[in-house]
Amino acid sequence: MDNVASVGKAHAAEAHGPHHEEELSFIRKYVFSLDHKWIGIQYGITSLLFLLFGFTLMMLMRWQLAFPGRPIPLIGQFLGEANAPGGIMLPEFYNQLGAMHGTIMVFMGVVPLAVGAFGNFVVPLQIGAPDMAFPRLNMLSYWVYFVGGTIMLASFFVPGGAANSGWTSYTPLSVIATQGQTYWLIGMVFLITSSLLGSINFIVTIIQLRAPGLTWMRLPFFVWAQLVTAFLLLLAFPPLEAAGVLQLMDRLAGTSFFLPSGLVVGNRPLEVSGGGSPLLWQHLFWFLAHPEVYVLILPAMGIVAEIIANNTRKPLWGYKAMVYSVIFLGFMSFGVWAHHMFFTGMGTVISAFFQTTTMIISIPSVIILSALFLSLYGGSIRFTTPMLFALAFLPMFGIGGLTGLPLGLASSDIPLHDTYYVIGHFHYVVAPGTLLALFGGIYYWFPKATGRKMNDLLGKIHFWGSFFCINGVFMPMFIQGLAGVNRRLYDGGMQYAQAQPVLHWNTFMSYSAWGLGLFQIFFIINFFWSIKAGRKASDNVWSATTLEWAAAPSPPPHGNFLTPPAVYRGPYEYSVPGHDADYVPQNQPVQV
Amino acid sequence: MEIPYTVEVRPDTGLTNPKLGIWLFLASEVMLFGALFSSYILLRVSAPVWPHGYEELSVPLATFNTVVLITSSVTMVMSWLQLKLRNLARARMYLWLTVTLALVFMVVKFFEYGAHFAEGEYPSHSTFVAIYFTLTGLHGLHVLGGVVANGYLAGPGAAMWRTEPERYTNRVEVAGLYWHFVDLVWIFLFPALYLL
Repeated sequence: MDNVASVGKAHAAEAHGPHHEEELSFIRKYVFSLDHKWIGIQYGITSLLFLLFGFTLMMLMRWQLAFPGRPIPLIGQFLGEANAPGGIMLPEFYNQLGAMHGTIMVFMGVVPLAVGAFGNFVVPLQIGAPDMAFPRLNMLSYWVYFVGGTIMLASFFVPGGAANSGWTSYTPLSVIATQGQTYWLIGMVFLITSSLLGSINFIVTIIQLRAPGLTWMRLPFFVWAQLVTAFLLLLAFPPLEAAGVLQLMDRLAGTSFFLPSGLVVGNRPLEVSGGGSPLLWQHLFWFLAHPEVYVLILPAMGIVAEIIANNTRKPLWGYKAMVYSVIFLGFMSFGVWAHHMFFTGMGTVISAFFQTTTMIISIPSVIILSALFLSLYGGSIRFTTPMLFALAFLPMFGIGGLTGLPLGLASSDIPLHDTYYVIGHFHYVVAPGTLLALFGGIYYWFPKATGRKMNDLLGKIHFWGSFFCINGVFMPMFIQGLAGVNRRLYDGGMQYAQAQPVLHWNTFMSYSAWGLGLFQIFFIINFFWSIKAGRKASDNVWSATTLEWAAAPSPPPHGNFLTPPAVYRGPYEYSVPGHDADYVPQNQPVQV
Repeated sequence: MEIPYTVEVRPDTGLTNPKLGIWLFLASEVMLFGALFSSYILLRVSAPVWPHGYEELSVPLATFNTVVLITSSVTMVMSWLQLKLRNLARARMYLWLTVTLALVFMVVKFFEYGAHFAEGEYPSHSTFVAIYFTLTGLHGLHVLGGVVANGYLAGPGAAMWRTEPERYTNRVEVAGLYWHFVDLVWIFLFPALYLL
């Protein structure tokens, strides 16, 4: 790597003469870039495309749920005879869409956007660093992610289609599933490797490259959130990698890590040595996937904290309590995984343990959310577009979190397990919660990346449309779930008596989902139009205190800062008495 | 714009970036092998019959391999020590020795695997054989990774000594930390698979 890079540099220097050493070729600048800002943008664009794709899969599924057995208009004919003969979706195809929707949204959409894009772009700027600690490793993480994503997409075109055993890939079903599952596992190994490399880079960057004077309690909350997130990725992902390797062995080498003895498939006993444990997969999977939930939510909380402090023009209420909560939350998240497994017959003692830890972990989340709510009190709130998204995050995450409590208690989980209630709960956390916060983050940092603001009118249409539609999609799921409708039914529950009174919600939810899709068009137009023609923004367009706004130009040049910044004060010194402006940037020296 | 603390130590953390990076990487490796060891324990305690390692596997070969790997850890440290003493030629010699010992380990492993295959003991034979192949196979991949890293440092990578001796020394140290970890994993694998 080193040699290649230095050779590349030497070539560039020869071509342009000694005075233009910074001039890089198109490939080195835009494809294999080492600049954290561009890598962040690469992550951002790729993950937004994956989010759109994952959402499209869901919009197809919603057709099937609203109008079971009717041909899908327009798109149906392009899905292929093997998936949707005559435009009518087959159950197997529905399962593929479901499994891939979850996988794409979590591992290829939200995590790369929240961590890869926002972390990469914002963290070095906020801590006053010239770049990430390991720029080549950073580039490698993006490209490994890209390869992993490509493998996942390619799996739709193999015989039997993509993985169809749910995003959780529970064994033994996934071991005997079609070829797509192998692609899923290989794709996951790439995605996990990418996250691991990225998380090492983030932790080293935050610990080592903080500007002089930027002590721990002066870090913006967003950086804290990213630091804890990186630790979760670093320590929780390897067990899933191990599980993936074991499942690959089961599928390719004929081992029986997850296959019990005496398994009968299609009326024939499976010819394997047996003696494996299907539950082992669930333990390994949820050991990752529960911390993963916090990987999905913490960066969003960080973004919301930044936007709220900036737009209320006052310091965050309880900054230190929030920091200690996020650290505690990180530790606790490794001890709650089996609350996903109350139904597996682990025994009451283990269930009691995990429901206790689950109740404990809700405390730091509540502290953070309460601190954010209380930060609003007495502020002179600017209702900018990013602030609308941040404000919406608070009740949405609140609903998501509170509806999780009955699922964390073993006895009340039993009637709710595997119903639409669960889908409603975690989507409130991740979709109206995290995704709205991430959109807010895009509106907030867009001027820093491009030097132009996004259009406010289009932004507000996007916000209000998305806000109402997304609630229209997920709120009825609680009603259906409480009525006992199972989450994986291909026809939305038509064959079940208990589903009949709540079945009519399916059409409402589907129209909401398609409406949600339509309102994203405002965002897409706004995004591209604003890059070219948005209103020019000053370097510190939001009058913010943190370094990325106060010390770096918009867009920041290679190396970020014209002079290396130094930090003299905390992250949120808004409306400090005795100052001319209502904000005091972190890099403004203290007057003696 | 140069990235600070790639070579010199940051005063308040007492670390260079690569050293912190490799420790974090090793932490994730602990979780990777930890998960596999936990799986091994879980599968073993829940199995009605589980063979003893010493009945199925060759303890003498594994003992020999243990000695080989421990020796290679020593040569790795010697290499770093020689760099601290500013003796590049000696340091490279010890690095090559480390690589050679790693290859000896792999050759022994090759014959061990061959013997199992000759008896028809593929991973699908039983869960014991399966976990044996998975754990030692993954460890073997790590050994090969060490061969590549140390071979690079001993060969083309040593050119860095002329321009940035300190940075080169740090690289050998970081590669050494990784190599000791690979050694340590084997120290756990040996009793867990062969002796119990």
